[in-house]
Amino acid sequence: MAEHAMYFTDERAQRNYKIRVGILKGLVYVFLSIFALFMVIPFVIMVVGSFIEAKAFEGFADTAKISYLGFSNWSFSNYQFIFSNGSSSFPTYFLNTLIVAVASTTVTVVTAVLAAFAFARLNFKGRDALFALLLATMMIPGEMMVITNYQTVKAINWTNTFAALILVHGVSVFYIFYLRQTFQQIPNELYLAAKVDGVGDLGYLVKVMIPIAMPTITTIIILSMMGAWNSYIWPNLVARGGWKYYPQHSMKLVSNGLRDMFSLTIANQPIPDTYKIAGSMVISIPLLIVFILFRKYIMRGVSRSGIKG
Amino acid sequence: MAKQKERRVEEVAQEVIVPSTDGAAAIDATKTKLVGKRKLINLPQWAVAWIVLIPALFFIIWFMLFPIVNTTLFAFIGDFYYDKGGSFALAQFVVATTKNSQQSSFGFNNFVEVLQNKVFLHSIRNTAELVIIEVPLTIIVSLLLATFLNSIKVLKGFYQTIFFLPYVTNTIALGLVFNIAFSRGSGGLVNIFLSLFGIDPINWLSDALVGGVGKATRIHQAVVIVTYSLWNGLAFKILVFMSGLATIDKQYYDAAKIDGSSSFTIWRRITLPLLSPQILYITITSFIGSFKMYTGVMAVYQGQSSSTGYYFGPTTNPGLTDGDEWIPVVGWIYRYLYLYPTEPGIPSAGSLVLLAIIMMITIVQFAVSKKRVHY
Repeated sequence: MAEHAMYFTDERAQRNYKIRVGILKGLVYVFLSIFALFMVIPFVIMVVGSFIEAKAFEGFADTAKISYLGFSNWSFSNYQFIFSNGSSSFPTYFLNTLIVAVASTTVTVVTAVLAAFAFARLNFKGRDALFALLLATMMIPGEMMVITNYQTVKAINWTNTFAALILVHGVSVFYIFYLRQTFQQIPNELYLAAKVDGVGDLGYLVKVMIPIAMPTITTIIILSMMGAWNSYIWPNLVARGGWKYYPQHSMKLVSNGLRDMFSLTIANQPIPDTYKIAGSMVISIPLLIVFILFRKYIMRGVSRSGIKG
Repeated sequence: MAKQKERRVEEVAQEVIVPSTDGAAAIDATKTKLVGKRKLINLPQWAVAWIVLIPALFFIIWFMLFPIVNTTLFAFIGDFYYDKGGSFALAQFVVATTKNSQQSSFGFNNFVEVLQNKVFLHSIRNTAELVIIEVPLTIIVSLLLATFLNSIKVLKGFYQTIFFLPYVTNTIALGLVFNIAFSRGSGGLVNIFLSLFGIDPINWLSDALVGGVGKATRIHQAVVIVTYSLWNGLAFKILVFMSGLATIDKQYYDAAKIDGSSSFTIWRRITLPLLSPQILYITITSFIGSFKMYTGVMAVYQGQSSSTGYYFGPTTNPGLTDGDEWIPVVGWIYRYLYLYPTEPGIPSAGSLVLLAIIMMITIVQFAVSKKRVHY
């Protein structure tokens, strides 16, 4: 604000202005801090709650005495429960989610790169009409597709298989759209030069376009992985039980496993809240690590999309 | 075309090779190399295009375009039972009607039934109420936060990262944390916090008596749901507004300051108009997104009473049950789909009603925005 000092001829007016600006700034920081606290508190509850022993947490709830939350009552007992529940436990959910995330991301990226290449670089009849049709599907609520896909999966006996979890999300119109934009920014001269050098269309895609668009592809990979990690509705419809080919293996993904753990009981008592919080913590940590490592890619991709994960 | 290309290859080959001493042989070698490659990979462009489009189109047709058509058909085929699961609505309908094995009707029967379904109407009301509170609230708060963030220099990145954190979390996981914080009557974390200010404990969520506090009211439950939506929804909006603010030319602000305009006038007359494209974008996407709300509501609100892991309500009773008070439209659709797999016509009709509502709101927003958005 100092650069505006010259506008004031009167010294007192200048000082008043400075004070006003200072107070305003202070208020801005207060407002920001209040909301920052609001954002952070759930994470604090999650971290503290996941380490507090169940009994100490109950004690705190009964008496509201902060002393119950001291480090002397911290242990890994909640995590022990999370990781020791036989075949229907978090290691299984992690494995399932990892398989689905890697496979569906691979399929999605391959289909998106190829399709975006066709839309961005190649000329063919009906290209713009087809692209407009794809964009139009983005406005249709996903529920309409889920209804029929659910029926399809039942009809072809795909319930409780990985195919149902992976293939239904094998394509994303948004990623095609996003990648096409990046591809279109690559100058035409490169394409012509490659042609002259005798490089074919596919060779150009692999040798020139993909390397140039790698940041965008990285963003897509991360967002797609996060999407699989967070998916809940579709797996809850089609993969609630044991694997079709080996029923002892639970097919649940992390979100579903966590959600179902919430209604779990031990000896007719609901399980302690601290166990549930530890479960939340366990499936949040990988996301937070990915966020710390790839913050730039995630924020860039997100500001261009409207989708969660 | 093909001949022209041949000639071009020859020209290129000559340009490149001629200076070398062993001219003719080199040209031949290059030509065979180039032409050989051409034969392998240089199909006409339209053919290459359709070949690389095959994988994407395969999935799009099977899991997106066909379902849209099929679900629409479901909605218009009334009183029909898909005993084998109905992924091919039309085929089954034609077969059954030609064999005359099932009475059915083509028309608006499903819509009539859906619009008479008490739970569906209740879910529409729920969703509409939540959207009307939540969307303006989230947009105003995120707009304020973005403007404030943009006006500071110290700690800007720190605040920005914190505000973005909720975006990279699992909706269910943090919804459950909110659920725990708001549950269990006087022993709940939120109630313990409020008691510091002398506020009596409130039963926020449960339909039962918890911790000596009576039943939660509809409004209390709404407060929890909206709080979580706010927490969950700010990150994306702040990010979009920040990127919009970054593109506003600083000269406007300098000019306004020379004119002696107050900060509020500057915000009202410069920032808001220049940010209007982003505001329109956010308004439209958040209305659409909020009308499809489901996971967040379920995580924060249904966390404790459902015993079977079903979506809304642990019961096969199609009526309203405890824990259904705030069922959203999408929750109703999925519950019906899951509980009555042989009658997909009803949820399909419901999803078309949802689509109609969303389209109507979007059209109204575009119409209103024509006067107010400056591109």
